[in-house]
Amino acid sequence: MDFSLSPEQETFRQTLRAWLKANIPREWKHVGSSEIPRVEAYELLKTWQRRLFDAGFIGLTWPKEYGGRGLTFMEELILQEEMALAKAPPILNVLGVGMAGPTIIAYGTEAQKKRHPAKILACEEIWCQGYSEPNAGSDLAALQTRAVKDGEHWVINGQKVWTSFAQVADWMMLLARTDPNAPKHKGITYFLLDMKLPGVTVKPLRQITGEAEFNEVFFDNVRVHESQVLGGVNNGWQAGITTLMYERLTLGFALQTRLRIALESLIELARRMEKHGRAVTKEPLLRQKLAQLWIDTECLRVTGARAITKLLRGEMPGPEASAGKMVWVETHQRLQELAMEIEGPYAQLWKGSAWAVEGGVWQHSFLRSRANSIEGGTTEIQKNIIAERVLGLPKD
Amino acid sequence: MDFGFSQEQEMLRATARKFLENECTSTFVRARMEEPAGVTDDFWAKLAEQGWLGLVYPEEYGGSGLGLVDLTVLMEEMGRCVMPGPFFSTVLLGGLAILEAGSPPQRKEWLPRLAAGQAKATLALTEPNARWDAAGVTATAKDGKHGFALSGTKLFVPDAHLADVIVVAARTAEGKSPEDGVSLFLVPKGAAGLEVKLLPTMDQTRKLCEVTLKDTPVPSGALLGAKGGAWSAVARVIQRATIALCGEMCGGAQRVLDMTTEYAKIRVAFGKPIGTYQGVKHKAADMLVDIENAKSLTYYAAWAADENSSETALATSMAKAYVSDAYRKVSATGIQLHGGIGFTWEHDLHLYFKRAKSSEFTFGDATYHRERVAQLINL
Repeated sequence: MDFSLSPEQETFRQTLRAWLKANIPREWKHVGSSEIPRVEAYELLKTWQRRLFDAGFIGLTWPKEYGGRGLTFMEELILQEEMALAKAPPILNVLGVGMAGPTIIAYGTEAQKKRHPAKILACEEIWCQGYSEPNAGSDLAALQTRAVKDGEHWVINGQKVWTSFAQVADWMMLLARTDPNAPKHKGITYFLLDMKLPGVTVKPLRQITGEAEFNEVFFDNVRVHESQVLGGVNNGWQAGITTLMYERLTLGFALQTRLRIALESLIELARRMEKHGRAVTKEPLLRQKLAQLWIDTECLRVTGARAITKLLRGEMPGPEASAGKMVWVETHQRLQELAMEIEGPYAQLWKGSAWAVEGGVWQHSFLRSRANSIEGGTTEIQKNIIAERVLGLPKD
Repeated sequence: MDFGFSQEQEMLRATARKFLENECTSTFVRARMEEPAGVTDDFWAKLAEQGWLGLVYPEEYGGSGLGLVDLTVLMEEMGRCVMPGPFFSTVLLGGLAILEAGSPPQRKEWLPRLAAGQAKATLALTEPNARWDAAGVTATAKDGKHGFALSGTKLFVPDAHLADVIVVAARTAEGKSPEDGVSLFLVPKGAAGLEVKLLPTMDQTRKLCEVTLKDTPVPSGALLGAKGGAWSAVARVIQRATIALCGEMCGGAQRVLDMTTEYAKIRVAFGKPIGTYQGVKHKAADMLVDIENAKSLTYYAAWAADENSSETALATSMAKAYVSDAYRKVSATGIQLHGGIGFTWEHDLHLYFKRAKSSEFTFGDATYHRERVAQLINL
């Protein structure tokens, strides 16, 4: 057991630290908890991701021939830690980098692997995820969007929902039913879908924050060439699950980074705010809550390190990785609730009020955090997965 | 970086599990609960034979010179079978105090005997004020011609009734700070004015005593470490023992989860195994998450302590805060998911539930350690 870094890793850390210091955009002002790219920051974040790509600080674990660095998850962990320390802006193309890219590298044809991953890293292609439907959420395999073969093309009809980034995305990871007669997990195909194809309509959905950060996407006789199938016809479930595994792993590191940044901000907020005439940080109960958040955040880091050790030893990620998402969600939602508690009556004030604390940024992230336990697999589904696949409890 | 156990550590785990499954059965544990000794001579000799009583002592004192990460592996296995007896008090409290504060001759006198299973020790630190900090030490040691006279009441002293030597924390002076003036003394069994009373405890696998000293005379050679300057050694002992305790708690919690999942697979209600129901599944998943997190923080603290990292104090408090809550929750959920049978004396679950409770309050509960975390991160 050893938490120290090798000399090479230490050099990597130092280089990265210096680079971040010099290259985080001046216009980026970190306020509150901004773990999700905000619509108004898209342009800035695009430039930022491009800068990371040019310097080789994104896609560290991806193979060199597909735009990555061919490094290990250890370097990825160092990267995430340094990003947290530097309070760096988040990655805009988070679904492309966290999900689409790794899945294409795992399942793609050579042409697909040459075509997409590097552009994903450079933020030249923004990706969204076409999984959930009005009648297929936690029961994803019940999806009904149809793809019917017509010559060299597949014709897509149906609807996706809760699709983040669809309004700006160039590409979609699309799961559609190609064999309605097969058992529900076996008739699904994974398509790489160009969002500019005729028949794709994106309608914004206004959400709890008042913004339209996610969307409905409609497919009306959209013709997708057969070369855009990923991982084989009717093999989409396998590829789709791989995507989710990567999501929980890579995205997990990134989310943990954002959690650390949010916690530091919350502590700064607590130092400035008063409650009943004394500093929030001197209130015994609030000290307890802040300390518990610190412990849980550290816990995610250390549990992540255990998962990486398994990966580096060539084992599959075990219960540590599956539990990570759940713990992150619970901790982050609790953090956001605590921000409201610390603000007290000020928590009621929204962006635009002169009295709003830090411009009302915590109100936004507080509301946004309710999605955490739903998106990327609900907490209830995560618990089923842990109970069935890790503990071996019987399926219903 | 490698945050897993080595092959040697995995071997230690396998050996310990096999040994304890044979030697420390539920029947054995329950028999020890009923009698004051809490251990048999035969079992103690076998622990010595395995080399576990001296695992963390340097080789020159009859030990194996291993670290806290190695010890954590062993503690997890001991927690798994709610091992009774004075292992903790002898090896990690009395023994470590002698190692941390003692002179080489004092170490030579005691540690090889402790490691060989020929003597037992404990640490008499806490008092009726139930404080874990230096201000809690109010017992006094008065300078005399030929040594010191100790007076005071020590409470929650583990296994003092079995100890050949009790390391007693007492105040030789009122210092500028509470830490200043705390000294340690070696008090042998049967010393004049020393009275040891075994107290009935909720967790019968842990024997706690009241130790009273009334002008108990000890020679100057009984002073362990610098006069008035022993607190830093005490703090290190507490820190290391806390990490080891966390390891033991993780092992116990894991065993509760194992028992519970096994039961959920076979117990049928409404025509199906209860493990089929999400009401059961989700609780089991919560147990697993709590345990994995508890292990992560415990292993991290053990590593930090072995490295003498500046983060050790913080890592230790993070671990004890988390693990205290986790073991309590897990052992309670274990009973809930077992239903009525989990509430019986016959089932082993109550041993774990009670051990979780006694461990929770040993070296400070979650609230105490969260406040320490708050201080250490400069809140």
